[in-house]
Amino acid sequence: MTQLKMKWALLVISLGALLALGACGGKKATPPPPPPPPAAPAPTASIAVNPNTVQAGQSASLTWQTSNATDVSIDGIGAVQANGSQSVAPTDSTTYHLVAKGAGGTQEATARLTVTQAPPPPPPTANITDEDLFSQNVKDVYFDYDKSDVRGDQQTSIAADAQFFAQHQNMNFTIEGHCDERGSTEYNLALGDQRASSVKSALTAAGVSASRIKTISYGKEKPFCTESNEACWQQNRRGHLVLQK
Amino acid sequence: MAHNSDRKAFQRVEKDLQLDFYRNTIFTYPINISAKRMEEPARAIFRRASFRACLVVCLLSSALFAQDWVKTGTSLGVEKVRLAVPDFKQANTDPQNAPLLKTFNDTLWNDLDVSGVVELVSKSFYPLQVPGQPPDVNFIAWNAPPPNAAMLAFGNLGVTNARLNVQGWLYDVKNTQNPQVLGKGYSDAATEVAARTMAHRFADEIIFRLGGGIMGIAESQIFFVSDRTGHKEIWGMDYDGSNQHQITRLGSIALSPRVSPDGARVALSALTKTGWEIMQYSLDINRAVSFPHFGGTNLSPAWSGDGTKLAFSSSRGSEHTEIYVSDASGGNAHRLTSDRGPDVSPVWNRKTNAQIAFVSGRTGLPQIYTMEADGTNQQRMTDQGYAVSPNWSPNGQFLALAWVRKYGPGEPGASDIYLMDIASKQFVQLTHDGGRNDFPSWSPDNRHIVFQSNRSGSLQIWSMLADGSKVQQLTFTGRNSQPNWSWK
Repeated sequence: MTQLKMKWALLVISLGALLALGACGGKKATPPPPPPPPAAPAPTASIAVNPNTVQAGQSASLTWQTSNATDVSIDGIGAVQANGSQSVAPTDSTTYHLVAKGAGGTQEATARLTVTQAPPPPPPTANITDEDLFSQNVKDVYFDYDKSDVRGDQQTSIAADAQFFAQHQNMNFTIEGHCDERGSTEYNLALGDQRASSVKSALTAAGVSASRIKTISYGKEKPFCTESNEACWQQNRRGHLVLQK
Repeated sequence: MAHNSDRKAFQRVEKDLQLDFYRNTIFTYPINISAKRMEEPARAIFRRASFRACLVVCLLSSALFAQDWVKTGTSLGVEKVRLAVPDFKQANTDPQNAPLLKTFNDTLWNDLDVSGVVELVSKSFYPLQVPGQPPDVNFIAWNAPPPNAAMLAFGNLGVTNARLNVQGWLYDVKNTQNPQVLGKGYSDAATEVAARTMAHRFADEIIFRLGGGIMGIAESQIFFVSDRTGHKEIWGMDYDGSNQHQITRLGSIALSPRVSPDGARVALSALTKTGWEIMQYSLDINRAVSFPHFGGTNLSPAWSGDGTKLAFSSSRGSEHTEIYVSDASGGNAHRLTSDRGPDVSPVWNRKTNAQIAFVSGRTGLPQIYTMEADGTNQQRMTDQGYAVSPNWSPNGQFLALAWVRKYGPGEPGASDIYLMDIASKQFVQLTHDGGRNDFPSWSPDNRHIVFQSNRSGSLQIWSMLADGSKVQQLTFTGRNSQPNWSWK
């Protein structure tokens, strides 16, 4: 068996070699031995892409014309007809390089297609999870020291959150009340509870059903930031919204 | 107490040693009966020392004016009994003696020192020969300068057949004719715990006699929150910081331990799957016992003095945490307060069980309020700043609290421990050493306060006399907070 296989392999290899040699010899033999009396005309070539700028994912039309060429090819596409057009949709900017060869010489032409990356992500499909959506869109609500009322500059967050929850009726969520490190553990837990309740009240007033909302106080037990300065304390005085799983 | 069950496992013996030390087995009784018998000389001492009975408290009340840095107690010219306490001697040559002897001697000395009842005579003044038994006592060597002691506590310790035996005496060394005030014998398994317990009991006997009837606290316990396992759990320890042991293993967050008056249970607030709920943990069976979940946020339980009721803070059915009272088992919960703002941290007047102090943020920054136990007659006690963590003194007269008196921009006030006389609302500041001091809790004898402070750079438990002296750090591992002293 193995001998048979090896024989076949040898046969295939030698045949291939013969063909290659034959092709080579053939080309070399192509130019006519007697000097041609008239000079062949030089080839011409042009290529264009329309439009010349597209967003990723969109397509553009590539058209080209040549004359006096026997062999026309475009890099990246391969051999093509002498004249033609084709739709292209590259992912990155591309320069289309056309080479036209004829008896009278070689002519090149190029056209560049610029591809811009889409500024907004493509419309959400199955890849985006509820968690991603929640964390990208839902805003926390921040508080003043020792206060639990939703201050004026936080009303935009409440409004945005209420709108988001109106658009995503499937999502239930928990409001965590957090406090900064100052003051008593017990009082801060009570204060955090009141902060969570305040955010809940503001959201229900803005149309979110109370049945979708749970509240919990973490007081100063789970800080976001552990430095002792106002910037950090402000980070910790918040109603933090978390998606219920 | 946490270790009652352990202790029952040992055959523990405690007895009075008679004047004639060689006839010493006349009285033997169970350990929990405190020494009511008192020999004649002791009565004389008792009478002589009776004016010291309420020393710290009386001084405190006279010093309760709204001014800073009132130093009460020893520095006001009242002389305490000079007590010499030479190290106990080895009764035999057992190799186990040395470590147990060190534990006993250290514990006894510390108990007597922090009691504030006696003035301990420095050991550098002691004669070279110290007694281990009554016949060894050289009265002149002790009652004259340099020691110039009025009292001498001495004794011996030895391990025999894996049992630890301790004999201790208290002598009135100025009374050479009839010197014995106290004689005690203790016997138990030869363990560190037993050596500490014996020292605590002997110290309490001495404090009872020289303090004019003050019940000792050396066997009291302190419960607290520690994060040393990675989670905040409830821990317990002896009052002097020894024997620290973990009680809960919830793996979430456990806060606000409050031991019941009988010492059998610890109520606490824990983060559960349904939020913050009150839990009760039995120290007898070492596990949580049934207690209802109320829903909402439930915080800071507090036992009434008779152990039949629990006050706590709850936001069940309300946007604000309010003070509730229920039975000890959680039944019949009803609301006492109703206001805008968080109400939290209730504490009963444990003497009358008729009033409750608590914290409310109804006017902004938290302040201390009192009310009747039915919620009527709510009165604000503090006038400014940030006042939290009230704790009612066992005698019903004082609130200990944590207070940042001057609060606000440009007022980087420290949180300090204060005492407030409830009747007059006059107060005195006890801590002056910086850091954030919070969660004061009274000792059962009304003379000490345990609290949390970050003055050492990390949050730890400290204790002090109720006049601010004898400050001691009790915990050193992890972060420790919210101490709660047992009721006896």
